[in-house]
Amino acid sequence: MDGDHALAEGALAAGCRFFAGYPITPSTETAERFAERCPEVGGLFIQMEDEIASITANVGAVWGGQKVMTVTSGPGFSLMMETIGLACMMETPMVLADVQRGGPSTGLPTLTAQQDMMQARWGSHGDYRVIALVPDSPQECFDLAIEAFNLSETYRVPVFIMTDETVGHMHEKVVIPPAEEIQVVERNWYEGPKEDYRPYRYDGKGVAPMVKAGDGYRFHSTGLTHDERGYPALTPEMNKKVVTHLIEKIESNADKIIRVEEDGLKGADVVVVSYGITSRIAIRAVQEARKAGLKVGVLRLITVWPFCEKKIRELASKVKAIVVPELNYGQIVLEVERCAGGKCKVISVNSCGGAVHDPEEILAAIKEGAK
Amino acid sequence: MSDLGSEYSTDDETFRKQNPMAEFLRMERMPHIWCPGCGVGTVVTAFAEAIKSGGHDRDKIAVVSGIGCTGRVAGYVKFDSFHTTHGRAIPFATGLKLANPELTVVVISGDGDLSSIGGNHLIHAARRNMDLVVICVNNFTYGMTGGQVTPTTPNMANASTTPTGNYETPFSLPFIADAAGATFVARWTALHVRNIAQSIGQALNHRGFSFIEVIAPCTTLYQRRNRLGDGLDAMEYYKEDAEILHGADTRKIDIGYQGKIAMGKFVERKKPTFLEAVNEHYTKVIGDSYQLYSKTPLDKVAEEKARLSAGVSPEPLTCGAED
Repeated sequence: MDGDHALAEGALAAGCRFFAGYPITPSTETAERFAERCPEVGGLFIQMEDEIASITANVGAVWGGQKVMTVTSGPGFSLMMETIGLACMMETPMVLADVQRGGPSTGLPTLTAQQDMMQARWGSHGDYRVIALVPDSPQECFDLAIEAFNLSETYRVPVFIMTDETVGHMHEKVVIPPAEEIQVVERNWYEGPKEDYRPYRYDGKGVAPMVKAGDGYRFHSTGLTHDERGYPALTPEMNKKVVTHLIEKIESNADKIIRVEEDGLKGADVVVVSYGITSRIAIRAVQEARKAGLKVGVLRLITVWPFCEKKIRELASKVKAIVVPELNYGQIVLEVERCAGGKCKVISVNSCGGAVHDPEEILAAIKEGAK
Repeated sequence: MSDLGSEYSTDDETFRKQNPMAEFLRMERMPHIWCPGCGVGTVVTAFAEAIKSGGHDRDKIAVVSGIGCTGRVAGYVKFDSFHTTHGRAIPFATGLKLANPELTVVVISGDGDLSSIGGNHLIHAARRNMDLVVICVNNFTYGMTGGQVTPTTPNMANASTTPTGNYETPFSLPFIADAAGATFVARWTALHVRNIAQSIGQALNHRGFSFIEVIAPCTTLYQRRNRLGDGLDAMEYYKEDAEILHGADTRKIDIGYQGKIAMGKFVERKKPTFLEAVNEHYTKVIGDSYQLYSKTPLDKVAEEKARLSAGVSPEPLTCGAED
């Protein structure tokens, strides 16, 4: 199964039964898979008129009670950004996969890249936080789709799966466990007197439980700055409460959310920090470097946002250099530099996208770092 | 001053309790933001009247608005209500309706929101015959942002971005809705309150995409900028120049500057809704293995629980097909 299909299967396994989408290379296979599978599993697929409509219909469907997903690539991701802000403000759990391709603009529609990593973090206007996961294989597309749904329900936040064309179109074995072995976090539905229901809470104690339209709560939600009832409250004080909550619900749980994979960090002189398809290329370079006697560690980011700040700070004080290969002109390396704070060398192995790295480029950077 | 203040607050409370529409409105949010003479409040009242007289289950009504003066309607009505992004009320409503088909989803928004930034969504929802009621308050201007020209501003009318008159050709919204496939299309003016209420009532009972345009005054911007007087003057204009023409050819009902207004129910036709088409299609194509899409996951969970308590073992989850 390829990565795009695995995303769809993972979402279905997580209980997603609604998908509003718009075709864009190299993500279309996910939408096609949903279109094919929905009638068999009591789900609904709708191809909307554009990406803005897709993401917005998904937000609406969440408030109608569904678990939802959509998929896109760079140009569509850009179009969705305003509504992603709405989803953040309404605290709407939803999953969006960006199968990245080369940009800017129409760029390289059929060729791989990791150029939307900062857009995932900062793309919509205003201050907010999201969660972004990066799979490095079709198997992980399946697994992380489920995890993305679980995180989105836990924190009432949009979760992005920042995959890429290579992983999306790569065919590998995908093991789908029996349904009873799959851990699925269901929506935290409100139970209590109707008159006491509040769709939001800003007391620092997590997110409010949800209800769906039609259950008699007659609640209100808006993209305007709102109080706990969801009513517009357009003051600096209220905005401070809301924005702080949107940020803190993620940041204060960063340790629980962040997942990384480590190999040989202990005693390493150089650490390669990478994610997605690039981490698989980097392995080859690391193997070569180790053969040459260099002490090289590997840190693979599975969660990119929130960023593993503590881990990088810790590493920076112990190693000579951190090497960051990525299929963009240097995005996540900026975060690594910020966290390293000048304590070690940070070497970017960037690319303009279109093809994965030659392992030799990464090897050269490792050697440079080990000097 | 403090005495005056308490007197006012008593009045507010009395007003909130005694208002005949109190059960349909979030009275705790009153007073609203709309200007004296504005037509939006009239439409809200007509909408509430239609719900009341139609005996609809108020828990199953959801209201979605976009951005703008009319976009604020969702915030004042006591139903499940959503105030979304600019132009996107229709796709939001589409998702809401499809996620929970037992809802009656009503979009109430303005001409700028629905026909300019949201124009694409309007025609596609009409094309699909999505089962929504869309009420467009057309005041020929962007009120919230200060009176700019919209796609419906009549030719040669003044707006803040066409200070010497609008040189563009406006949309005739009922014509667009009709041409795009809407199965219920009507137009009224803010003077014709009973007709609006009646029309909304019919639309609530209509299966498919209903579009109701209400020509309404923006006294603060459109009326003032064009020296057309106040709300009452607008009512005089509607009284003089609006004419009921049920079933009129929608190609011939453009509105010129202070010109004749054709109103009435222009279109009412039968066609499968989007969801009916989906269900019909898959029932035909894949037969018994098709799970009729109309129930929410919650209903399914409830059914599953009922089955389990009745001692029937659940069917295995059908996810993870081979590939």
